[in-house]
Amino acid sequence: MAEKAIPNTPQKEYADIPGTFVFDADRSAQGYAINAFCMTLLKAENREKFKADEAAYLKQFNMNEEQTESILKRQWNRMLELGGNIYFTAKLGATDGLSFQQVAAKMTGMTQEGYAEMMLKGGRSVEGNRSKAEWEKKNG
Amino acid sequence: MAKLVGGICCSHVPAIGAALDLGKTQEPYWTRVFSGFEKSKEWFRQMKPDVCIVVFNDHATAFSMDIVPTFALGCAAEFPPADEGWGPRPVPVVKGHPQLAAHIAQSVINDEFDLTVVNKMEVDHGLTVPLSLMFGQPEEWPCPVIPLAVNVVLFPPPSGKRCFDLGKAIRKAIESYPEDLRVVIFGTGGMSHQISGPRAGLINSEFDKAFLDSLAGDASYAKDIKHVTYMREAGAEGIEMVMWLVARGAMDAKVEEKYRFYTVPASNTAVGHIILENAA
Repeated sequence: MAEKAIPNTPQKEYADIPGTFVFDADRSAQGYAINAFCMTLLKAENREKFKADEAAYLKQFNMNEEQTESILKRQWNRMLELGGNIYFTAKLGATDGLSFQQVAAKMTGMTQEGYAEMMLKGGRSVEGNRSKAEWEKKNG
Repeated sequence: MAKLVGGICCSHVPAIGAALDLGKTQEPYWTRVFSGFEKSKEWFRQMKPDVCIVVFNDHATAFSMDIVPTFALGCAAEFPPADEGWGPRPVPVVKGHPQLAAHIAQSVINDEFDLTVVNKMEVDHGLTVPLSLMFGQPEEWPCPVIPLAVNVVLFPPPSGKRCFDLGKAIRKAIESYPEDLRVVIFGTGGMSHQISGPRAGLINSEFDKAFLDSLAGDASYAKDIKHVTYMREAGAEGIEMVMWLVARGAMDAKVEEKYRFYTVPASNTAVGHIILENAA
């Protein structure tokens, strides 16, 4: 249901922000199962059960195949695109022993060292990163 | 009568908590961050608040996607530190102030702010990191704390203006509470940061500085910043800054800036901090 495009929906004003998956009501509905799964990882015993057999553990949740695959393959951006929220998926990161910064680095396609260095130098500038058009120009 | 004696705003980066808990505060990376809060500790020692109201956001800890309250006031007697996936932070249990909290809830609901009352809640780094920054690593926190959780996880959060106006209503509630209590309000989160998606790592110091300047002034610019502007200019998660406006709204129209600190980065985030008192 949530995955069907809603006809005549006006363009979301934040859809133009590049490299960003805004976690709005549509994504929340789409990704409920991903986020519900991630919440279970708050308990140490569940983290152990998940690590013991990831695919079997995920069967408890009503995820579609793409969502399951994104988790098994640790496709961090894809999880967000399919309705996961970063504060939830970070718990999967924690289960893997990753900090927020390590998870963030993976989503940028940079190495952990490269990302950490960028942050130390003041982070990613907003210049050239405000709109998708700017990204297209850069990559075009 | 209870009295609001100060408003402080600061970031609540989880890595700050981890650095404290793992004893890394003497590393150069972290001394740069922690040194910015020495004056704040001194300010609190002099201010001696009886209660702190801490405006924070839960990061998928107490609230899953089952229930997402926009504003949730903690009215319990205590709030245990939560396991966020790395094990609970080794910090004291947060003691509440159920009487003042209940009074605030009634007062602001009567003022048309339909907030959610929470009688059981574990608290995550959003609440405990600011306490650690202000109070260090004590056996017990120095005073009771009333948590006010604001949804900034599911878009849209409340508007900056709504947060500011809620702050005003909270001020009214504080001043109608009969006991002589000294209250400090915290706005936490921010500043610019994005921890999700390919644009992660975004920092915008100019935006942050303008925001701090506005809070030290009459906040008219800051309270009208649109959600899309926060996300575009200060990163998807920079939208947390709306929570600072609750604290600012609770203060007088004219405030005195007592202290300010700003550094980049702590992990993925620009760390900002400001201490305000009502202008004499």
